[in-house]
Amino acid sequence: MTSYFIAGASPLGGEPMNIVLTDGLIAGIGDDLAVPGGAAVVDGAGLVALPGLVDLHTHLREPGREDAETVASGTRAAAAGGFTAVFAMANTSPVQDTAGVVEQVWRLGHQAGWADVFPIGAVSVGLGGEHLAELGAMADSAARVRVFSDDGKCVWDPVLMRRALEYVKAFDGVIAQHAQEPRLTDGAQMNEGVVSAEIGLAGWPAVAEEAIIARDVLLAQHVGSRLHVCHLSTAGSVDLVRWAKARGVEVTAEVTPHHLLLTDEYARGYDPVFKVNPPLRTAEDVEAVRAGLVDGTIDIVATDHAPHPREDKDCEWAAAAFGMTGLETALSVVQQTMVDTGRMSWADVARVMSAAPARIGRVSTGPRAQGRPLAAGEPANVTLVDPAARATVDPGRQQTASPNSPLRGLSLPGRVVATFLRGRPTVLDGRPRQADAQEVR
Amino acid sequence: MKHLLSTADLSRSEAVTILDTAAQMAATQERAVKKLPTLRGRTVVNLFFEDSTRTRISFETAAKRLSADVINFSAKGSSVSKGESLKDTALTLKAMGADAVIIRHQASGAPHTLAHAGWLDAPVINAGDGTHQHPTQALLDAYTMRRHLKGEVRGAADSKGVIGRDLSGLSVVLVGDVLHSRVARANVALLHTLGAQVTLVAPPTLLPVGVDVWPCAVSYDLDAVLREHQPDALMMLRVQRERMSSAGGGFFPSPLEYSRLYGLDQRRLDMLPGHAIVMHPGPMNRGLEISAQAADSPRSVIVEQVANGVAVRMAVLYLLLAGTSGTEGA
Ligand SMILES: [Zn+2]
Repeated sequence: MTSYFIAGASPLGGEPMNIVLTDGLIAGIGDDLAVPGGAAVVDGAGLVALPGLVDLHTHLREPGREDAETVASGTRAAAAGGFTAVFAMANTSPVQDTAGVVEQVWRLGHQAGWADVFPIGAVSVGLGGEHLAELGAMADSAARVRVFSDDGKCVWDPVLMRRALEYVKAFDGVIAQHAQEPRLTDGAQMNEGVVSAEIGLAGWPAVAEEAIIARDVLLAQHVGSRLHVCHLSTAGSVDLVRWAKARGVEVTAEVTPHHLLLTDEYARGYDPVFKVNPPLRTAEDVEAVRAGLVDGTIDIVATDHAPHPREDKDCEWAAAAFGMTGLETALSVVQQTMVDTGRMSWADVARVMSAAPARIGRVSTGPRAQGRPLAAGEPANVTLVDPAARATVDPGRQQTASPNSPLRGLSLPGRVVATFLRGRPTVLDGRPRQADAQEVR
Repeated sequence: MKHLLSTADLSRSEAVTILDTAAQMAATQERAVKKLPTLRGRTVVNLFFEDSTRTRISFETAAKRLSADVINFSAKGSSVSKGESLKDTALTLKAMGADAVIIRHQASGAPHTLAHAGWLDAPVINAGDGTHQHPTQALLDAYTMRRHLKGEVRGAADSKGVIGRDLSGLSVVLVGDVLHSRVARANVALLHTLGAQVTLVAPPTLLPVGVDVWPCAVSYDLDAVLREHQPDALMMLRVQRERMSSAGGGFFPSPLEYSRLYGLDQRRLDMLPGHAIVMHPGPMNRGLEISAQAADSPRSVIVEQVANGVAVRMAVLYLLLAGTSGTEGA
């Protein structure tokens, strides 16, 4: 089967159109297209068509923590969530700090075939924060790394950060910073504020994020390089990025679905499923990141999908791991918080979850481009979502190998009905569809 | 009341009931035969992940005076990083048929998790968790304050005349490391519920960000508070010496400076009204937060706090367990 005929779906929520996918490309979009011979017909009535989603911040855990997730299970979860590409964070074991490891992850992604996997390279050797990793070798490798991050740890040393920002200019790279001043967050467990004071958990102050962002935007300006701020979580961070952009600094920023939806009030029950880094913040911060996403201060939504096996969350709060899954609920959270509230259109969703992350990660050109418009001649990366559907989140029925969804039991709008990766359905009728070996290109 | 996890969960009437029950328990402890048959056949587990001989012995004594069987389960040394041990321990205790679990843990919220994670059905009593809560300490403090400050004669001990009363109208000042103190959090919530006016006094570094919404006043100036509030009770919190050498060079410059600004010495003792009592949850750092003179003065009820602890813990065990049926069908 090389052709699909999507009948009557609404591209970016607009007028219903027929969309023809042939040989990996969008052959045509229009209301008068005929079904090509041999094409499989997909009923698109009531569905919104989006360009395949791109996640700039995913933890696939392989190599090293295959008990939490593998490249295969993580990318299957990505496909189920409507993603056609994910950027795989570097904090694996071994760390993705050499050409060999990033090529291994890239190859695993290619073999699994659920979504394009773009490995992120570590900034420093072993995430140690002392010596630059071989950024050039990773950039030149088959994995073509353009995004570098010590995520999980902050590139704290200002000299190392400056050197990294400068060095990646040679290949148009970007440093994605996990902004967390380590000394201000020693032993930190949750947002520092009213709730932490009352429930007695060590605080992670907003200033620990904001101080690093302030420093980094100034460094990026000074050396004329690109900075990307990972999982921005505070109102003050939004203000800083807004200020930096107004000054012409080449800075981009992301917010996670959980920071768009949840607050630190959820920590009150000491359920470690709500333990995440950076922590859930206050209602004022949630409103600020929503407003920042609307006005373009925040460029993208990225999941920070961080799977953990059950035992890492089945314990007292302080002993639990940081992180939550997100690939399969991201689009629903964005629909609930931004679209259903009237603050963003589906075209905006396509921008913040597909076009902009692909552009930041420098994967939006070439024959295997991601984040392209829905238009004839473009790669057939298409996600069909039913915005009228509602479902209760059940981690046991998700594709990710880990159960740590903070949205467990919550009813959310939107359901991914189909995901096409270069014309091949990775999800059809809402179910993942394993590729045949010869289908994987 | 199924568990006792936080004083913030207690209503005024629940708290007063515990204090009244403690008074009845205390009365039985004046008899020659102290042991009551109330919890015969019931098994109470002392689950201590953190060393505290004082608290453990107090709970053990309370349980034994109610004729319960006590199992001391010391899990100290199981580090926080091996967190699953809490679950495994809970499953073990369930299999052993524990009727109540008293837990002390270095992690805030561990008793809450033990009570609500579905590992265990038994009532859970928080014997101190991290920097969160220590409800029985606050209850014994309230009990002590009520005895001395709400009877016929202020400052004189009275257990019977105070039955049914709360702490309304009392002014209570807590001094010291509020940031790291579960005793402070437990006391602020309970004292507020019982109607007392609470003032916290500490250097700004030892107050949590977010303290401004607590139901109490906050001051950095102990002398001014003593002068202006003329408190009925003054509680000195323990200052751990390692707080002087932690990140950022410590929370205060030196023990000497701390004592000078926040310690209770004879001069400050003399500033208190005649009936006022001096309290300390122990163990004391004599010479740091409290001078020997103050600790041993007639105003000090610190030793009595320890004795009252047994009565209060008997009351809590009684109220949580006596109404339920034991696994042995006692
Ligand atoms: Zn991060």
